[in-house]
Amino acid sequence: MRPHPHWIDYSVIGIYFTFVLGIGFVLKKYMKTSADFFLSGRSIPAWITGLAFLSANLGAQEVIGMGASGAKYGIMTSHFYWVGAIPAMIFVGLFMMPFYYGSRARSVPEYLKLRFDEKTRGLNAISFAVMTVFSSGVSMYAMGKLLQLLLGWNFNAAIIVSALIVLAYTFLGGLTSAIYNEVLQFFLIVIGFIPLTFLGLKDVGGWEGLKARIGNDAMVHSWKYLGSPSANPMGVEWFSMLMGLGFVLSFGYWCTDFLVVQRAMAADSMTSARRTPLIAAFPKMLFPFLVILPGMIAGVVSAATMSGHTSGGVPAKAESEVVSQSGPGGAISLEGGKGIIPPKVDESGKPLVKDGKVVLDYDLATPMMLVRYFPSGLLGLGLCALMASFMSGMAGNTTAFNSVWTYDIYQGYINKTASDQHYLWMGRAATVFGLAVSVAAAYVARQFNNIMDVLQLVFAFVNAPLFATFLLGMFWKRATGHGAFCGLLGGTAAAAVHHGITLPMGSVPGVKGGFLGVVVHQYPSEMAQNFWTAIFAWTTCFTITILVSLLTTPRPDGELKGLVYALTDRPKDVDLAWYQKPAVLAVVVLTVLVVLNWIFW
Amino acid sequence: MGFDIRLPIGMMFSVFGVLVGAYGAATWDSEMYARHSLGINVNLWWGLVMLIFGAGMLLLARRGAVAARASDKTDKTLKNSIVK
Repeated sequence: MRPHPHWIDYSVIGIYFTFVLGIGFVLKKYMKTSADFFLSGRSIPAWITGLAFLSANLGAQEVIGMGASGAKYGIMTSHFYWVGAIPAMIFVGLFMMPFYYGSRARSVPEYLKLRFDEKTRGLNAISFAVMTVFSSGVSMYAMGKLLQLLLGWNFNAAIIVSALIVLAYTFLGGLTSAIYNEVLQFFLIVIGFIPLTFLGLKDVGGWEGLKARIGNDAMVHSWKYLGSPSANPMGVEWFSMLMGLGFVLSFGYWCTDFLVVQRAMAADSMTSARRTPLIAAFPKMLFPFLVILPGMIAGVVSAATMSGHTSGGVPAKAESEVVSQSGPGGAISLEGGKGIIPPKVDESGKPLVKDGKVVLDYDLATPMMLVRYFPSGLLGLGLCALMASFMSGMAGNTTAFNSVWTYDIYQGYINKTASDQHYLWMGRAATVFGLAVSVAAAYVARQFNNIMDVLQLVFAFVNAPLFATFLLGMFWKRATGHGAFCGLLGGTAAAAVHHGITLPMGSVPGVKGGFLGVVVHQYPSEMAQNFWTAIFAWTTCFTITILVSLLTTPRPDGELKGLVYALTDRPKDVDLAWYQKPAVLAVVVLTVLVVLNWIFW
Repeated sequence: MGFDIRLPIGMMFSVFGVLVGAYGAATWDSEMYARHSLGINVNLWWGLVMLIFGAGMLLLARRGAVAARASDKTDKTLKNSIVK
């Protein structure tokens, strides 16, 4: 099953690339100072930063990964949105933005320097810079692999071309160019995926029809089966879902990750900065319908395209056998797959089998849906949307990296007193350097999958405790730099130890856990283990930060003005209609959130 | 920032709309719609939707530019009157 894009599809893709590059060229003349390049001169209106806030995070993990998760776990995947994103987005907008934006910090690590000290900032800046380029590399690898598998494109060409395009527009127009393109990409992804959900749902007979076809009640309810891990396909229970995902991981990402916070920092006023994540929350809440539903549908429809049947109630498996003509490098075979999700194949092209069951390649669920339902014309649009998601993620990483590198590492430690033009130049150099390292990382990921797994595990340990540090930093003026630094190290260590002595069921000791020699607890699933690792890391960081802070000298109140809740004036939203006020937006978002959870209970 | 993002968005989707919509009209009888999109000519319909969306964005960009020029003018007259 392989699509053959026509001239029309290539034209759509070509036009998209032209506009993306064009935006970079037009913006070049506005890039006069380093503040223009790294902060867009703090001049962007809220609706643009809001959509960019959402889109920067809308990388490969989102479109491909959430579709895969939908196919695997069903509508429970929506917890990654409704529990794992929206509450944190409301919190960062209402309560944390006053300190990020109000302190005039140019980056998240710089806030840590203002609030705590140099070493806390250094730790955060360096780990963030390293993580950013590597995760960008991992997603590049995923894209290259996907385009190769799906369309037969050349892996090297796919990676180099996309990296060069992202390089061109971020190099020319800096953060503004990245943000503007993210808005363009946001609309492209939405407009490209709406027909997919529509056609898919129509084919299976709507939500009711989809429920009937899936035939597994646990996959069509988000909360009903969270009482015990064995009752639901994710293998987690409500407490670790709420605390691990909903609190530690979600707040750790949305409230402290410079990749997203940078978008809000570019806003034209404090009110706009605070409204940025709240505006982003509206489309974010509805994204499950665009990215999760297609994945769920992929598991239950038939590959009518290749066998010539129009789709109907014919069982998927019987049909997919007609489609088997495969081999390494050939078209994707659906034989042994489920619906239109193909099995993973080994090097000889045979389906992988584990415990007597075929291992499915869930990452192909959404791409196969595009191939299944989009005729030439719309197919080009769908492929554009797919590439847009990869590129917006890549550009987000690139702009976050070049700011942190230039402001927090280069200006912080290497060359403190250069001219503004020099830092602007360094930002552009960092863009080239960062993308070059990412491309290299993509090839490392291709050669040594295990190295990347280990790296991502280490990143998870580093990230897990972060939110405790920011929470105490912003809301407890007694917290000290020594406390924060020790807390971060302690939290990371706790994550590593917890992961090292536990194991998900059915796994062997190694990257999955248990590498410290003893396994004291077995979790029902990998996800449950991850959530609990995060909970342990956060609690450890929180406790250590408080203890060490109480033993060390606090900074005088005068130095903490604008950095800590108790010593900062409450932001006043004057000149705004009532419906534009951040607090009102937050209430509306929460109401819709409750309704959505109730519908899909 | 002196450059309105709604302009390129509007232009791109208008071009997409015309291109994909026209392709849909030209392939009206194609069996690919039966094979892929449940017999619906999605190219034509979605092309029209994209065209409307693109045109709407262009309209907003145009109104924004007019408003900006107007406020620019009042700024200048204000300044002039202060100078005088």
